[in-house]
Amino acid sequence: MNIAVCVKQIPDPAAPWSLDPSTHNLVREGKLILDDSDAYGVEMALQLVDKAGAGEVTLVSMAPRNETSGLRTGLAMGAAKAILVTDDQLAGSDALSTAKVLAAAIATTEFDLVIAATESTDGYTGTTPVQIAELLGLPSVSFAKKVEIDGSVVKVDRQTEAGYDEVICPLPALVTVTAGVVEPRYPSFKGIMSAKSKPVVTLSLADLGLVGAAGGAVAGQEIVSVQKAEARQAGVIVEDDGTGAQQLVEYLEQLKFV
Amino acid sequence: MESSGADKCADWASPERVELRRTVRGFTERYVLPNLDEWEKDGEVPRNVHRVAGKLGLLAAGFPENVGGVGDMIDNLVITDELISAGASSGFAAALLTHHIALPHIVASGDEYLIERYVLPSISGEMIGCLGVTEPTGGSDVAGLATKAEDHGDHWLINGSKTYITSGARADFIVVAASTDGAGHAGVSLIVVDTSSAGFSVTRRLEKMGWACSDTAEITLVDVEVPKANLVGERGTGFYQIMRNFDGERLGLAVHGYALASRGLELAVEWARTRRSSGAPLTSLQTIRHKLAEMARQTEVARVFTQKVATDFAAGRVGSKEVAMAKNTSVYACDYVVDQALQIHGGLGYMKGSEVERIYRDARILGIGGGTNEIMNEIIAKRMALV
Repeated sequence: MNIAVCVKQIPDPAAPWSLDPSTHNLVREGKLILDDSDAYGVEMALQLVDKAGAGEVTLVSMAPRNETSGLRTGLAMGAAKAILVTDDQLAGSDALSTAKVLAAAIATTEFDLVIAATESTDGYTGTTPVQIAELLGLPSVSFAKKVEIDGSVVKVDRQTEAGYDEVICPLPALVTVTAGVVEPRYPSFKGIMSAKSKPVVTLSLADLGLVGAAGGAVAGQEIVSVQKAEARQAGVIVEDDGTGAQQLVEYLEQLKFV
Repeated sequence: MESSGADKCADWASPERVELRRTVRGFTERYVLPNLDEWEKDGEVPRNVHRVAGKLGLLAAGFPENVGGVGDMIDNLVITDELISAGASSGFAAALLTHHIALPHIVASGDEYLIERYVLPSISGEMIGCLGVTEPTGGSDVAGLATKAEDHGDHWLINGSKTYITSGARADFIVVAASTDGAGHAGVSLIVVDTSSAGFSVTRRLEKMGWACSDTAEITLVDVEVPKANLVGERGTGFYQIMRNFDGERLGLAVHGYALASRGLELAVEWARTRRSSGAPLTSLQTIRHKLAEMARQTEVARVFTQKVATDFAAGRVGSKEVAMAKNTSVYACDYVVDQALQIHGGLGYMKGSEVERIYRDARILGIGGGTNEIMNEIIAKRMALV
């Protein structure tokens, strides 16, 4: 069982983010880290390979400046190797460009299953994984809250608003997993040290034959304008003069919560 | 997830150590913080926490690979730093990492039997060990031990008592300093004793001012028979083995000092920003701002100096004098910062159950354990050729 996991390296959410005033894109100049939402996919993949008893997990990522910090986290968790696509021409890529790049990178490795998060923490488009599946000619199942391999099929409990659907899908396939599908492990110290020597293959757009087909120059999607979110309003302070409960109920009624 | 221990020495902020900090912080948030109050009441850390830490490799840092170790001394100090900075408490770090004072002598001896039996299971978190040097009658006077180990051919017969034994109430084994060959330095040997041995008993659990989750015991040994194979290193070299490891222990306590100060500062800043007095936050008052500035300065100086000394010590560039300076610098900074952190919290800081109150109590041991502030100054003075 070989599994490719799409992972995104994003600016640390603990530090304030900023947008480039001319392109409106997220500034990615500082150190990047593994998107928390991808840790679930890495963990799921590690558990599936472990259960299968053979195979390995390959991380696939697209990031500027040969950034590998986030990949090292995934490698420290237990992934065997990583493929990083990095190219100056990729600045300003839209979701489709990203999907083209990741699909081409995934195609360079052997896989039975591709796993991705439902969406990234910084972009939130949630469209890249299904585009990758389409480009690779794979069936895709989204919002998995449980994933099992059974011979030549993957069985997925797919989260819905009402509950979940049980989906059986032939392999190879692409599955997007929700937070909570599994509890991601913390990398062990030994894992962290061994990640230093695990292979990271770096590819350019030319290596993937995508020059002129992907990147900022051919992006079909543009952020036209950005507006600051309104500052949060101060809350209502209820002084309890004996009618506190009544005042709370009235406030909730006003908001139509009760 | 942001690490609060802002490393100023590049060595301490390598990508692997940044990653290691994330793991330690995650471990602290998931396994320690939700349970710490309960462990403080119970007076001990449960064994399964050692197993979890062992699985994550947090107990292996700084030991050689052939005994199951990984990384170096600085890695272990990074773990200590992050545990305390993340709020796991100085007492918890002392309880979890006691093996760093119990095992080094066995590891250095290279004795395969003892390594297999005691070191490997301690590093994996299956066993808990401790070190017994101090005696109820004589403090830490290593050359004047009352505990005797008699040579009975195929075994040692040990009689005596030890006190202030960190993790002594939970330990599976204790590395005992005993007199095997009369009084004086050359008569001291180290012997590993299983705490399940007949004649071994925990006489008292000691109630302490701080470090409440770290069990501390007084133990007695009455006609305890121990196999000869449990001698650590050469007979009569115990004193030198103990002395050799003091510097490492003191560097660890120096890290406790600045990390605890760092936690105290963080709590004080948070409180001063949110607590309102006369309609404005405490930070609107210049006296509070200057207090916080001075706390930050002292914490930063202690951190930078300790990390530099530890890095130089690991590389063999400095010795006991600089280690003693680092310990005192860090301890004095910590004393000041936790005192001021409590002051800023006002009445709340004086209440049992507030973290700043615990930190205040926990900090007091750092100028005593591993050699008092006065002993550190004596070590420094001796190397200044003053007389």
